[in-house]
Amino acid sequence: MNIVVCIKQVPGTAEVRIHSETHTLIRDGVESMVTVFTMGPPQAEAALREAVSYGVDEVVLVSDRALVGSDTLATAYAIAKGIAKIGAYDLILCGKQAIDGDTAQVGPEVAERLGIPFVAWVRKVEEVGDGKIRVQRMMDDGYEVIEMPLPALITVVKEINEPRLASLKGKLRAKKLEIPMWSAEDIGVEEDQVGLKGSPTQVMRIFSPEPRGAGERLEGEAEEVAQRLAERLKVMGFV
Amino acid sequence: MALIWVIEDKCTGCGLCVKKCPFGAIEIVEKVAVIDESKCTLCKACVETCRSEAIALSPEAEAMQEKPSVDLNAYRGVWIFAEQRNGRLSSVAYELLGVGRTLSDDLDVALTAVLFGSGMEEAAGALVARGADRVLWVDEPELRTFHDDSYAQVFEELIREEKPEIVLAGATAVGRSFIPKVAAKLETGLTADCTELAIDREKRLLVQTRPAFGGNIMATILCPNRRPQMATVRHKVMQEAEALEGRKGEIVRRKAKPESLLSRTSLIEFIEELEETINIVDADVIVSGGRGLGKPENFALIRELALVLEGAVGASRAAVDEGWIPYSHQVGQTGKTVSPKLYIACGISGAIQHLVGMRSSDVIVAINKDPEAPIFDVATFGIVGDLFEVVPALVRKLKG
Repeated sequence: MNIVVCIKQVPGTAEVRIHSETHTLIRDGVESMVTVFTMGPPQAEAALREAVSYGVDEVVLVSDRALVGSDTLATAYAIAKGIAKIGAYDLILCGKQAIDGDTAQVGPEVAERLGIPFVAWVRKVEEVGDGKIRVQRMMDDGYEVIEMPLPALITVVKEINEPRLASLKGKLRAKKLEIPMWSAEDIGVEEDQVGLKGSPTQVMRIFSPEPRGAGERLEGEAEEVAQRLAERLKVMGFV
Repeated sequence: MALIWVIEDKCTGCGLCVKKCPFGAIEIVEKVAVIDESKCTLCKACVETCRSEAIALSPEAEAMQEKPSVDLNAYRGVWIFAEQRNGRLSSVAYELLGVGRTLSDDLDVALTAVLFGSGMEEAAGALVARGADRVLWVDEPELRTFHDDSYAQVFEELIREEKPEIVLAGATAVGRSFIPKVAAKLETGLTADCTELAIDREKRLLVQTRPAFGGNIMATILCPNRRPQMATVRHKVMQEAEALEGRKGEIVRRKAKPESLLSRTSLIEFIEELEETINIVDADVIVSGGRGLGKPENFALIRELALVLEGAVGASRAAVDEGWIPYSHQVGQTGKTVSPKLYIACGISGAIQHLVGMRSSDVIVAINKDPEAPIFDVATFGIVGDLFEVVPALVRKLKG
């Protein structure tokens, strides 16, 4: 099951402080609201509670049997519908890919469904404000600095940030908070566009990868094993 | 009401389905399989594996399976997206031509390479020489630079107009960024990062296989009812098509609608950021270092070996997290997935997250002190020893 977390945020910059009265995040004097959004089985609630303990403002869980079996296209459609229900947003953050499915497709597909600009593989947000955002996108040979208008969606890589620690206050709030759970009907999805019915791709077969043939151990003194390995590599044409 | 049923009279409690279920949704309770529907995705892996035909989808679940929504026969031909950067074709284009040629021959249709950007005469010729029957070249200066909006828009329009049945692109930084947008626009299926592609001739379907769940399982995926069938293909896994002198093909030069070339993103600058000149995604040889190096200075050893082998320098997450080398060198689940001809892991224990990112390499060499390190399970050649002795010795032998 893909658990997708999208974070919603209003413009601000680097320094994060918590407003003493409202307990919301303050960024550069602008109050911002961060909503963590996920779609998944009811137990995905636990992930949202963890997010609350880190200090996010709101959380939303979309969960419904009708959504089970959704592929990336159907998932993105449902997430886009859910985000639209949250209301106004400026920035949507997604991870570059979930570590189970590894597709990296849901982020861009959500952006397309919402009709907003999108940049993948973001490693740094340089600036955000005045209705636009400037980010660094990792490419295979370096990085690009890209600017686009808000609202927008970015998918981020590991380098984007170090997760902060959960605060005691956050943990307490996480424990008590009632997590809103929205159904397929709540977010207004067309029944034939989600679940298996709304999913163009179908898993035909799942199998274990062929184990790599048992390798060869080269043992002995460093000089000797290095010699033998060097010979193999030369025979194989690597030198 | 249950969507998936276990027919208890038939179930022998053999547990085969428990092993097969990729989602851990099945348990044997009192010798009968019990399916937890909150975890089940109706993937049918258990239905197919059960020897006693004891598991079945309910009629309701069967009805939930998708029906064709387009005239499948209106779509013909195999397309590959020939990615270029600064006017130079990426080698992934040649790999796509290699696999694309096989698929199009199996289907008995033409192979088309789609090329974006101005000044690409030479590239268009190279694509023909390597097996494209036709090059669809959108000759627009705006398309020399990659932007998600313009690339997705122009590609979508071409596909709608010409209706290919299969569209392949490289699973590169560029391909994995804009191809999902194209699939979403066309509301069709897209399979990410495939490592194997074949044709089911009877059904005229693209059979797409890819690793999932951290490489612990392989999934074979079909897109039976919508067109085109789209996939991104892992770089370096498919064989490059060879160039053949005098091969004939048609080069069709096109223009795009001016409004399709507009992008909401603007590129301010590009900063090349690599310690070495070869990046790990394109490299045929990668030498990687991990925690076993002990300190950043010791990456010099790795660089030296990489230099001798004309390879690139990679790293494990541990080394990157320590700040010994930039993130752009990281191989693995949170870094890059690579598939070189030769991968040498030095002082890397081989956590699953690392293995996922490199296990499809052709030849893997592991050098590690710990004989129990999991990296040895995937190694073609495993050397249990001190990398500080073995690596310098290897450099000397390779030079000699």
